[in-house]
Amino acid sequence: MSTEYNGYITTERIEGATDGPLVDATVAVKDNISTEGVRTTCGSAMLEDYVPPYDATVVERLKAAGATIPGKTNMDEFGMGTTTETSAFGPTENPVAEGHVPGGSSGGSAAVVAAGDADMALGTDTGGSVRAPAAFCGVVGIKPTYGLVSRYGVVAYANSLEQVGPIAPTVEEAAQLLEVIAGPDPSDATVRDATEERGADAYDYTGAADGDVDGLDIGIPMELLDGADEQVTEVFWDAIDDLEAQGASYHEVDLECLRYAVEAYYVTAMSEASSNLARFDGVRYGQSGGYDGNWNETFARAREEGFGEEVKSRILLGTYALSAGYHDKYYKKAQDARAWIKRDINDALDDADVLASPTMPVPPMEMGESLEDPLKMYLADANTTPVNLANLPAISVPAGETGDGLPVGLQLVGPAFGEKEIIRAGSALA
Amino acid sequence: MTAQAVETEDLATVIGLEVHVQLETDTKIFCSCSTDVGDDEPNTHTCPVCLGLPGALPVLNEGAVEAAVKVGKAIDATIPEETTFHRKNYYYPDLPKNFQITQYGAPICQEGELEFSVEGERRAVDVRRAHLEEDPGSLQHKGGSIDTADYTLVDYNRAGTPLMEIVTKPDFRAPSEVRAFLAKLTEVLEYLGIFDATRDGSLRVDANLSIVDGSEVAEDGAVDRDVLEDANRTEVKNISSHKGAEKALAYEETRQKNAIQRGRVVEQETRHWDESKGVTLSMRSKEEEKDYRYFREADLPVLRVSDWKERIDIPELPDARRERFRTEYGLDDESADKLTSTKEVADFFEDVAEQFDPGLAATWVADELLGELNYRDMQIADVSGRFDEIERLVELVATDEITTKNARETVLREMLDDGDSPDDIVEREGLGKTSGDEIQSAVVEAIDENPDAVEDYHDGEGGAINFLVGQVMQKTGGSADPGDVNQLLRDELEG
Repeated sequence: MSTEYNGYITTERIEGATDGPLVDATVAVKDNISTEGVRTTCGSAMLEDYVPPYDATVVERLKAAGATIPGKTNMDEFGMGTTTETSAFGPTENPVAEGHVPGGSSGGSAAVVAAGDADMALGTDTGGSVRAPAAFCGVVGIKPTYGLVSRYGVVAYANSLEQVGPIAPTVEEAAQLLEVIAGPDPSDATVRDATEERGADAYDYTGAADGDVDGLDIGIPMELLDGADEQVTEVFWDAIDDLEAQGASYHEVDLECLRYAVEAYYVTAMSEASSNLARFDGVRYGQSGGYDGNWNETFARAREEGFGEEVKSRILLGTYALSAGYHDKYYKKAQDARAWIKRDINDALDDADVLASPTMPVPPMEMGESLEDPLKMYLADANTTPVNLANLPAISVPAGETGDGLPVGLQLVGPAFGEKEIIRAGSALA
Repeated sequence: MTAQAVETEDLATVIGLEVHVQLETDTKIFCSCSTDVGDDEPNTHTCPVCLGLPGALPVLNEGAVEAAVKVGKAIDATIPEETTFHRKNYYYPDLPKNFQITQYGAPICQEGELEFSVEGERRAVDVRRAHLEEDPGSLQHKGGSIDTADYTLVDYNRAGTPLMEIVTKPDFRAPSEVRAFLAKLTEVLEYLGIFDATRDGSLRVDANLSIVDGSEVAEDGAVDRDVLEDANRTEVKNISSHKGAEKALAYEETRQKNAIQRGRVVEQETRHWDESKGVTLSMRSKEEEKDYRYFREADLPVLRVSDWKERIDIPELPDARRERFRTEYGLDDESADKLTSTKEVADFFEDVAEQFDPGLAATWVADELLGELNYRDMQIADVSGRFDEIERLVELVATDEITTKNARETVLREMLDDGDSPDDIVEREGLGKTSGDEIQSAVVEAIDENPDAVEDYHDGEGGAINFLVGQVMQKTGGSADPGDVNQLLRDELEG
């Protein structure tokens, strides 16, 4: 199975158990999630031939739940992008908006679900990489609380920020998939037991998708609407009206800290990436040998050849931000900003059940448009990155379309381990 | 120090150490691979975590933290409320991830102290910090050094072995002090049961040495920080033993003093100790300050250890045990030192002392056993599986079944050389002390068979009794006591 919109990098089928909650479902898996015996490229030429000898914990759980994995989906190289155009295997096109990007970096996962080529999919979300493509492709995506889902086997881009999240046509299906992958894993020390935070039925996400928003209190951070596209804003307010009509109410929230989220996010993510991607040096991955010079020069050559432009620039910027003399000015400052963002969003969530905003401030870009202007692409992450910095859960649900028929997503952010709140609220819309 | 000729006598040596010790745990620090690698095939003790495969995550082995807390207690260090891990970023072919997980801001041990004796004097050196980290893999360069080899092989068996890096203040004033400190440190680590000195690479030392003007050293040995910063220092790497540390630093001390004496400037550089040639060599690398870009390892949550110091017990340490041996068993200093040299020796001694007499136990463990082991270049660990047999030997002596001389000169030596049991050796060599009846009949026989000698005895010839004793000794295969025989003969002849 291949797709004309280039949703898959590899289409080798992986069969799951013959029994389980997902026995009739196909679940596509983003290509930065390790699959034993099936190559896992991260959308990079560096890992073109890399075949993991082990399954990621989430893949083990999919298999145990009876899911069939139809293939590994296309993505921005190592997750570094918002459009799925930086993949070494070519860009993915938005299957529901011809000529437009599907969002990223889990663009392949959202695209195959939107096109009906997989029932559901797993993506990873470091700064919006599940929610952005869900919004652009008109499907549902959940970014879980940091520490809800195991990252074991997920190739790290920025390990303090990312989580594996489900993408599905409906909130209920996304909730069901989340239920399968969530929960403690002895191989990932950062996963916590949600029942300790939320009681015995903490993982009953499917049951939470009941659409009951009566009495729901929504906070709306106005900073996330300021720079948004007008058509997007219009669809957003229509969706809020819809929720109000179903018994919810809203109030405006002022979160000054959010203006610094994109910078704090990129400094943090790039710094971590510079370290996480250091292992790809040509010895065991990528093109090794054949170069003249000492090992240091050989490493440099292998990295120059194996990585794409966006990856190289993020590694360089991250290395810079961590370097002596700049560490305090960039990395440390970003961590301070992160603490500030965390604190203020949590405060806002003391006065609201969920926070709402457009998932993306813009409708899907035309293909090729943002490659020329990376800063514009980075700014498109303004609404999604604060959630990762604050370790919180968020869902993107389809809110409607622009006048040109382009999908718009609504983002709902909940408190830590408050997946059920955002699933309940989101299920009132999709 | 400025470049002008100075008399050697006016110079003082300042040394600080970074000691890496492998902690003995069953499994590696961040995965469940066994650390018992031995001579196993390369890359057979590996998994996605210690290979640094994409997506693999570290999970902290709390056993390694416990071992580190034991060290902290032994050196009276502060154990913090919380401890965290950082990444130290640098590229090197033995590093699976091209970063090392280590500790930076909140090491497990802070501000400790270790006391030791050197040339009869007590010294104490401050330990600035001691932290946990992962060992890299090991490299084999084929056909040269890392710069010139045709190719290099990487073995990740060692990768992830828990390491503790112990950083001292620059408190050492002589290479001999460093040696004594290292001996004491490894002794303590062995007592704690977390260190195996016989494991290859279990101890690795980097030493910083600088020479300052003798007048800058205060009465208590302290040297001002600014003075140290002004002095150019060399970092000597690749030291792997106590003796090697003393030799390398003595070489480096002389080299630097000679340079200063001749008015030359000591280069601030890293030097490599070449054990076989007995020299330190410049590593010729540009001496730029390395930037490791440390930052928090988010994959390992903060570990609360505030109550660990209380919760974790450590055994009696060598100094305390030595003192107790002196008072409890009445041992002299030399025996007490010998018997507490390792925990295994001390434990064995106490076991033997409990069953027999402490004095006899001290003689047999400190003098006989350790002496014979030393002569054979063997360690106590080489016979730890045979403690039962050695106890049996002491029992044979204690119950007078064999003579001390035979026990020492024949049985123990053959036990160590041939691996036989003491009872087998006694039987094979016919060393069992002959019973009184047998000696008595031999006495009677000797008198009957040698009437001439009997007559000589009665005529008062002194040599006659010695001849008869000789006859009896022959008949009993030398296992009778000559003094006893002499008395029995006299009794018989006079009776």
